[in-house]
Amino acid sequence: MKLKLATLALATGLMGGVLTAAPAMADLVFPSLSYRTGPYAANGIPFADGYADYMTLLNERDGGIGGEKVKLLECETGYNTEKGVECYESTKGSGALVYQPLSTGITYQLIPKASADGIPMLTSGYGRTSAADGKVFKWIFNFPANYWDGASIMVKYLLSQNNDSLKGKKIALVYHNSAYGKEPIRTLQELEKMYGFKLSLIPVDHPGQEQKSQWLQIRRDKPDYVLMWGWGVMNPVAIQEAANIRFPMDHFIGIWWSGSENDVKPVGAKADGYKALNFNGVGDDFPVYGDLKKYVYDAGKAAGAGDQKGTVLYNRGLYAAFLVTQAAKLAQQDTGKPQITPADMRDALEKLDISDKVMADAGMAGFGATFKVSCANHGGPGEAKVNQWDAKAGKWKVVTDWITSDKKVIDPLIEEDAAAYAKENNITPRADCN
Amino acid sequence: MVLPDQVLYAMEAALNGLLSGVMYALVALGFVLIFKASGVFNYAQGVMALFAALTLVGIQQGQVPFADVINLIPGVEVHGFGWTVPALLAIVLTGLVMIGMALIIEALILKHLVNQPPIILFMATIGLAYFLEGLGDTMWGADIKTMDVGLPQGMSGTIDTVTNAWFGYGFYVDQLNIVATVVAAVLVALLMLFSQYSKQGRALRAVADDHQAALSVGISLRFIWVLVWSIAGFVALVAGIMWGARSGVQFSLSLIALKALPVLMLGGFTSIPGAIVGGLIIGVGEQLFEFWVGPLVGGATENWFAYVLALVFLVFRPQGLFGEKIIERV
Amino acid sequence: MFYREAGDFKTSYPDDSQTFPIRFDRLGYYAVLLLGFVVLPFVLNDYWTNAVFIPFLIYAIAALGLNILVGYCGQLSLGTGGFMAVGAYACYKLTTAFPDINIVFHILGAGIITAGVGLLFGLPSLRIKGFYLAVATLAAQFFLVWLFNRVPWFYNYSASGQISMPERTVFGIAVTGAQVAPWAGYMVCLVFVVVLAWMARNLTRGATGRKWMAIRDMDIAAEIIGVNPLRAKLTAFAVSSFYVGIAGALFFSVYLGAVEVGEAFGIEKSFAVLFMIIIGGLGSIFGSFAGAAFMVVLPVLIKLVLVDSWGWPTDLAAHIRLMIVGALIIIFLIAEPHGMAQLWRVTKDKLRLWPFPH
Repeated sequence: MKLKLATLALATGLMGGVLTAAPAMADLVFPSLSYRTGPYAANGIPFADGYADYMTLLNERDGGIGGEKVKLLECETGYNTEKGVECYESTKGSGALVYQPLSTGITYQLIPKASADGIPMLTSGYGRTSAADGKVFKWIFNFPANYWDGASIMVKYLLSQNNDSLKGKKIALVYHNSAYGKEPIRTLQELEKMYGFKLSLIPVDHPGQEQKSQWLQIRRDKPDYVLMWGWGVMNPVAIQEAANIRFPMDHFIGIWWSGSENDVKPVGAKADGYKALNFNGVGDDFPVYGDLKKYVYDAGKAAGAGDQKGTVLYNRGLYAAFLVTQAAKLAQQDTGKPQITPADMRDALEKLDISDKVMADAGMAGFGATFKVSCANHGGPGEAKVNQWDAKAGKWKVVTDWITSDKKVIDPLIEEDAAAYAKENNITPRADCN
Repeated sequence: MVLPDQVLYAMEAALNGLLSGVMYALVALGFVLIFKASGVFNYAQGVMALFAALTLVGIQQGQVPFADVINLIPGVEVHGFGWTVPALLAIVLTGLVMIGMALIIEALILKHLVNQPPIILFMATIGLAYFLEGLGDTMWGADIKTMDVGLPQGMSGTIDTVTNAWFGYGFYVDQLNIVATVVAAVLVALLMLFSQYSKQGRALRAVADDHQAALSVGISLRFIWVLVWSIAGFVALVAGIMWGARSGVQFSLSLIALKALPVLMLGGFTSIPGAIVGGLIIGVGEQLFEFWVGPLVGGATENWFAYVLALVFLVFRPQGLFGEKIIERV
Repeated sequence: MFYREAGDFKTSYPDDSQTFPIRFDRLGYYAVLLLGFVVLPFVLNDYWTNAVFIPFLIYAIAALGLNILVGYCGQLSLGTGGFMAVGAYACYKLTTAFPDINIVFHILGAGIITAGVGLLFGLPSLRIKGFYLAVATLAAQFFLVWLFNRVPWFYNYSASGQISMPERTVFGIAVTGAQVAPWAGYMVCLVFVVVLAWMARNLTRGATGRKWMAIRDMDIAAEIIGVNPLRAKLTAFAVSSFYVGIAGALFFSVYLGAVEVGEAFGIEKSFAVLFMIIIGGLGSIFGSFAGAAFMVVLPVLIKLVLVDSWGWPTDLAAHIRLMIVGALIIIFLIAEPHGMAQLWRVTKDKLRLWPFPH
């Protein structure tokens, strides 16, 4: 027992010294719970780089937001929920304005914690889908699109490809056998009833390096389309196997987390034609990249190895940073003070209006969908585009315009799930929303 | 010949299972080699495969090792040497790195843990696994890398046409698996030749039989350990190439060790033929189970089925199929 | 000087056979209890409770449980993660089915259910030994995780398959859910730890524990002198799983509040707990605590030093952290294969004679 005490005392002493190095409260603090290690590092790195580079750009070019420097607090989670908690607890005391954990598991954990501590959380395209219901989830936002939107958008896209009828078509869903992968099932089952296609579910267990039996099954069943909810190493393996069984690539559509360069490049030329949804711009053909080059890359201030620019996930990191900094600007305008609190941030996120002009001003015209957040709707428009991989050019091509999800199907589902959550946790839905 | 569809599908699944089994056996081989020669259950085998694959790709693409650390020094900015190394040369160089690693492991770890109970040695290899994982990432970065040593991939056209002519249904077989099978066969043949006909091989077998007796006839245990860890490192490299070619080289590659464990249980920790046969049984069993029972219980059974299958085998043969019979005395 | 039995006369058998026969030890033990129960709840902030102390206490319970199985009974198990999952899901099912019953009983119930499951998976141990058994317990690990992921009944048909803990109270104070004060969760874990550690200590030095140790040292010999291996092995599996199940239930309900089975109770968890008992010391109660403290505090410490004070990039720090943890494990095994408990024993022996060792 004494040894433990001694180690504790030692640890306390050491950390006491260490903790004093906390950042000054005067900055606008944006924690970044990133993962540059672990099984999903390949996807975590570009996102974290994009997020960091955008913040650096604001500091270098504009001197921060409204005169206040932006302070990025990066904390490594390794996609591990326990480390996620540790990161949250260690950063929340330093004035963190908004959390974006980029992990569905960590999001679930932080929803009650962040709500209790009064710190907003933005989970664009992941996390708990029913957080779109702002009446129940006051502090949680998941605009511009969520998984159920994604499922609906995929089906809508397929409808448009098949003269608005999917009757008798066979659609297979290949999914990561985890909370994340199971998200679209309910929506797809609803849509199955509506449109009369036949859905088959094919789970792949973590990590998903071996998918032979799944793809043999697909080869036997010959579905017309394969949808995929994959993450990490599962994506390239699935695309590889699909190519191997000569499944037509343009009938294979992944969710936005299965549509990065990391997923298609290991497969090489045979990945050509693979499609994936995406809710942010692709490539580096945006004015903002000129500024990034001038103020960040050429100044040697790029995060990480600096080799990720223009990739899908890097752009998603930029977009995530753009959304929250935009909200911070709004909060400064509303409160009239440069120094804002997490509560101000929340109010601003709820009033966020991303118009074409706002995006153009940031040098990101057409980077994302235009949308307005409201008190009741924290989920945004639910819009995404379909991208297609061009292996020869080594680039994603955008092949559709924005497709809006079928809110008639999704809203009742969200309401139901949010109501269940509210009941379980004794939350009275906010009355001041309508 | 016309067979019912279900039979054809099952045959296809079984064939693919056999070939996947070879891939598992490739990983299991490394475990068996080390366990036989040094009684160490080397959990780090999977990470060694990852490390070998990372090193191979790093050398091939002319990456600077420890670039992230070097870049920490203010004013220094390195990204790559700017050359590419031919695949074969890179494989040889990686082999050398693995031999160097074996030397270091022997000198820093094994030497100090002689005579410790097996569980301590096992835990030490888990420590080694952590270390190598961190080292691999620090040296070469954690991003996903493409393994390109010119292995063919994709559906084998020949088998498709041949089976189509026979049964009216073309079987799907991945070319990579065929290559892996050939490589594994060559590897096992070489290992057999080496252990049967070379002096070192005989010494190796002597050590496997009885450490002390081997020592007393003048065999250097330390040399044998370095030798066997080098061979295991090379086997890890081969496994890393085969698995990496399919999924890209990244962290998850180290998890293939988990695929090899049931193979080991089934085949016995001490038998090379056991590793092969165990691999084949697990491969086929997994595919057929997923084919017949998978749809009934909702699929994704392959993570646990191999273990349960091995467990059932073990209850009847506690030392594995080919393991040495355990004789217990008071 | 301080630490010796001289002058500490025992006049009754209970006195003689108490857990801490040396007064200094005993006082130290009371001091630690006092510190844990009276001082720490008032001084701990959110970070220290949620990131260090609660995980430490919970891992200590899991390590105690595994130590009973591996350290005392000699049955190597890699199914800890799976059994923790059983505890977590049992707790979730119980508390959502009977919301009016106090959460403490649900946690105990979760432990009992896990004990049953552990018993079942312990059966092969009668035939399979050593590493073969370790790999066989992996079957439990993977099967259980798959089961909880697969069968919607376990997660009450929620859309994503995550389970989240609703708010529950003990004596009117919230101990789980969103509004929990840091000290409340800490206290619940602490009470469980103290009671379970006390139980473990007394079990292991009684008849049951001696039977376990006889089996560990040589099962055939034990059988010959009249230890029933079936009973001894299965009780070890049951008791061990009970502890691990409680750890799993607390892990889910108090610590994380929401878990996804594959992520939170994967194979890494099994290895982590095994590490704790090996670093701490096999067959030692103190070792379970020391090992848990080591594995919980070390990564946090390394992170604080490398990232927060030296300002290294987080990814590099994470890689280096892996290397340091790996290297430390190896160094530890080389320097002291019997773990931190052995170090402590050596220190105590030295202390007895200090400052006049001759």
